[in-house]
Amino acid sequence: MAIRKVCGIETEYGITLRGAGESNPIAASSVLINAYVASLARKVEWDFEDESPGTDARGFSLEGSSPPEVETHLVNAVLTNGARYYVDHAHPEISTPECLDAREVVVWDRAAERILVASMDAAKSILPPGQEIVVHKNNSDGKGNSYGCHENYLMDRAVPFSRVVQGITPFFVSRQIVVGAGKVGCEAPGVSWREVPFQISQRADFFEEEVGLETTLKRPIVNTRDEPHCDAQKYRRLHVIIGDANLSEVSTFLKVGTTAIVLAMIEDEELGRDMTLTAPVSALRQVSYDLTLRRPIELATGAKITALELQWHYLDLAKKYAESRGLAAVGEEVGADILRRWEHVLNGLETDPTSLADQLDWVAKRQLIEGYRDRHDLAWDDAKLKALDLQYHDIRPERSLASRVGLERLVGDEEVASAMTNPPRTTRAWFRGTCLQRWASAVVAANWDSLVFDVGGDPLRRVPMMEPLRGTAALLEDLVNSCSTPAELIERLGA
Amino acid sequence: MAEREQKRKPAPAKEETVVEETPGVSEKGEKIKAELDDLLDEIDEVLEENAEDFVRSYVQKGGE
Repeated sequence: MAIRKVCGIETEYGITLRGAGESNPIAASSVLINAYVASLARKVEWDFEDESPGTDARGFSLEGSSPPEVETHLVNAVLTNGARYYVDHAHPEISTPECLDAREVVVWDRAAERILVASMDAAKSILPPGQEIVVHKNNSDGKGNSYGCHENYLMDRAVPFSRVVQGITPFFVSRQIVVGAGKVGCEAPGVSWREVPFQISQRADFFEEEVGLETTLKRPIVNTRDEPHCDAQKYRRLHVIIGDANLSEVSTFLKVGTTAIVLAMIEDEELGRDMTLTAPVSALRQVSYDLTLRRPIELATGAKITALELQWHYLDLAKKYAESRGLAAVGEEVGADILRRWEHVLNGLETDPTSLADQLDWVAKRQLIEGYRDRHDLAWDDAKLKALDLQYHDIRPERSLASRVGLERLVGDEEVASAMTNPPRTTRAWFRGTCLQRWASAVVAANWDSLVFDVGGDPLRRVPMMEPLRGTAALLEDLVNSCSTPAELIERLGA
Repeated sequence: MAEREQKRKPAPAKEETVVEETPGVSEKGEKIKAELDDLLDEIDEVLEENAEDFVRSYVQKGGE
């Protein structure tokens, strides 16, 4: 039986310091995050004890591949909503807390955006007059530099990784027609804007391999980073690097929701026949460049299939899977909503993609940019169109274009505001966030799978959290509420 | 050929939905277009002032 698909998103935001001439993005990211953290009660440092991003899920290490480095000296904070907020390379990055389902991911991803907006405001008040830090929730600068929006899904360690790769690759190549964020122009070497004036995905141009450990060079469709952040004997964390950062809540919901269902089907061996593609990397770009959604790609069997037909294939299997085995792995209610919306979107893509301009980022962005282009009679290489593309991803309320194009909302503003400081009640993030809310001064370090307390006198006490579905409000709220000090909590937990 | 036949399998279910939804879809399309027109009327007020400078100076380091 497939295990519960605990999930989350980590997003690197594009960052610019305006009004200061030359600027250092690492310094700007630090200022941004420190400004936010300083506006909160107290900062808890991230604990790097269990970080091992160079471990490969295939069980070996490739010679000449460079495992990602964890930069321990940079700003790194744990928030009371269970999220991690830090400087990664030259970007501010925020990881949502562990969520139970796709809907929760939408809530805490939106909350993360709000945290970035609050950070920009906080930074403005400490920067010299005329200077401003601006972040964009996108994945490329249009000049060949890309940064990621990674998803994470809890997987059963017993499932052979090769089966995951085989089952998920055709899904990843095709899902961009649903979850792509759209992009003006092309950043693949040797392809001009005349050939590709607009494409479906932000990221397709940057993928060069089918499977691998890298995230910054030779990016692979399936990333093999094996760093479970929980009991490594039982679980793996599938680290998905191929997605675009979405502004549309429906896109985020479908990105996480459909992927979680397909992964559950892989665990349960319900994926039917082999849909291996002849050339996934070139297919990925071809699908991103084909706004007609009609050009077929080739399966290893020699048969031809479009990305839309591939998505229908996966949806069809998912509906049968829901009937025969149920959708407990992604949540029955949320799962039913995912299937309903997935089918609605595929129907729309088949009959009239423009009807989805209130749901899918790439469609919404394309409508906006083509509308502007028609009105002003502009060529596709006009800077105004690229500016519109970038500004679609500006999350400042006064500048955001995504918030003005009429995208459907799935979650409420109050719920999102609450998620800026409160953790999900449904995963171990509840324990992390709640301890930080109540006893921040006693929590000396935190990471995904443990909290370290200083309760005075004795050595520091580490509370392990190796099970993502323990440490929930349902399991611990009464106990935590009945403790008046962290020392009492530690004693009662038997840690 | 077997491949194509298998792919067509979900077709009946799809067609049913399409027939039901087509009027809704085009109505919705009209509404979205009208809203887009309104947005385009006002958009210059929120756009970055100098598109060329903005686009040229938007340079990021690679990440991940």
